[in-house]
Amino acid sequence: MFDELRDLYQEVILDHGKSPRNFRHLENATCLAHGNNPICGDMLVVYLTLDDDGRITDVAFQGEGCAISMASASMMTEILKGKTRDEAKRLYEGFHDMCTKDGFDLSELGDFDEDAIDRLKMLSGVREFPIRVKCATLAWHTMQAAVDGEQEISTE
Amino acid sequence: MNEESTAVDIAPRNPQQALPGDNSTAAPPGAYDIERIRADFPILKQKVYGKPLVYLDNGASAQKPQHVLDAMNEAYETYYSNVHRGVHWTSQASTESFEGSRKKVAAFLNAASENEIIFTRGATEAINLVAASWGGANLNPGDEVILSHMEHHSNIVPWQILRQQKGIELKIVPIDDDGNFLFDEYEKMLSEKTKMVAVTHVSNALGTIVPVEDVIRLAHDKGALVLLDGCQAVPHMAVDVQALDADFYVFSGHKLYGPTGIGVLWGREDLLNAMPPYQSGGDMISSVTFEKTTFKKSPHRFEAGTPAIVEAIGLGAALDYVGAIGLGNISAHEQGVLQYASERLQAVEGLRIIGQAREKASIVSFVIDGIHAHDLGTFVDRAGVAVRVGHHCAQPVMERYGIAATARASFGLYNTRNEVDVLTDALTDAKEFFG
Repeated sequence: MFDELRDLYQEVILDHGKSPRNFRHLENATCLAHGNNPICGDMLVVYLTLDDDGRITDVAFQGEGCAISMASASMMTEILKGKTRDEAKRLYEGFHDMCTKDGFDLSELGDFDEDAIDRLKMLSGVREFPIRVKCATLAWHTMQAAVDGEQEISTE
Repeated sequence: MNEESTAVDIAPRNPQQALPGDNSTAAPPGAYDIERIRADFPILKQKVYGKPLVYLDNGASAQKPQHVLDAMNEAYETYYSNVHRGVHWTSQASTESFEGSRKKVAAFLNAASENEIIFTRGATEAINLVAASWGGANLNPGDEVILSHMEHHSNIVPWQILRQQKGIELKIVPIDDDGNFLFDEYEKMLSEKTKMVAVTHVSNALGTIVPVEDVIRLAHDKGALVLLDGCQAVPHMAVDVQALDADFYVFSGHKLYGPTGIGVLWGREDLLNAMPPYQSGGDMISSVTFEKTTFKKSPHRFEAGTPAIVEAIGLGAALDYVGAIGLGNISAHEQGVLQYASERLQAVEGLRIIGQAREKASIVSFVIDGIHAHDLGTFVDRAGVAVRVGHHCAQPVMERYGIAATARASFGLYNTRNEVDVLTDALTDAKEFFG
């Protein structure tokens, strides 16, 4: 029983879930959005600072949710720093496909550093737990909404 | 466990009967034979992830005994037709069986007449019916409707919509930290402006049994009507609407071991016949011309269109099944399981039970420090245990306790102490797993 659950809850995920990185309010955020999963009660805010070239100079989040949603948000903030708006969008789409499509390989995105891709892949275990996919994708949906200038999203 | 309780023994229906409809039989005396009862529920033989299914989500929906499945199959296989229409044999047989279920519901609630039993899609539709029809016709700006802080969303939102339409006020009776209904606060809220008190009989999120007799007595002193949401009450305790002196009582069939898509609104006949139709169409009219339509009396006034015929028949069979065991026996058995579960769960380190009211029915909501309810739900699922996690469609309750979600174990007539042990062990493992 523990083995199957370990595919979902890898040590790195539990670590990020318990001690999320970049868990703070971003004073000088240029955009932010609220994410809400009303079925679970998960709620978070994603803050981003974009420079004039559309590059993410800082990203942070705050909120409350399960280990999967907290870890996913935490890992997302680590990866997005320094990425352009377009790169963030490609990662968002890639992450979403990884969580929902069997056989999708995130490495196919190319030209992203392997470390970052490998870390994101740790969340691919949610594919075997369909009801938890929204937990993993909530932060990414919220980030994309913030970049697109929307204030609020819901993954119901 | 109650030594004097009875086991289930419902004789199979004889398909050779001229007309179906009355499939009630008396049960012989005997002990509460939990193994025999469990054997009546085919799904309890299922394994999930190679482990026996431990179904502790009865508050969301209960499983169905073979007796209900057989009654529904028999209807479709041997006498099904539309009701209230045909002169042919199948239509008469279906009408008799369908109306027979209405009589069974009337007996189940001790209603004064089967004309007081309206079949709806569920409790949600029943509440919407009362809010729209009775509320629409009788409420005026400034009138007050009292709810409690532990209502299911389905007993909040219809009244909020009415507030928008009619300019009424909503008053909310608070609860204390244990989840008790604060009766003194309720008493202070009542006034001549109060026209309706709509409260749950048993809280789906906390398990609290609300002192509804006293709620009704005080409301009537002020001339207000009372609607009780009985979804979480009727599977666990005998309800007598006349002894309660209630005005409206609603429940859903699927939480009472019956099928989905069928629920009940009971209302006092004089109130129902004074209410305008909710939906309109066929089967609810006395006569129709393009100038004028006159409506039937209750219950048909409120049952426009072809009803959920076989679902109603299935609900009737579920009432036979529950009646054969006896709600007193079910209640005694479940109270034993509930007490055992409360003790065992409380012993899990870091576990906090949300809702410790003086009187409770079959529900334990809980949180564990440092582990989110969803992670708990996923974890115990792999041990074969089905519990609900989330806000239980009662977000105000979650807000009251400053939490986003709880895990909830809710027990039915087939659950055992052994199943409580499986849950407790899984939670202990979860503590270790999540550290």
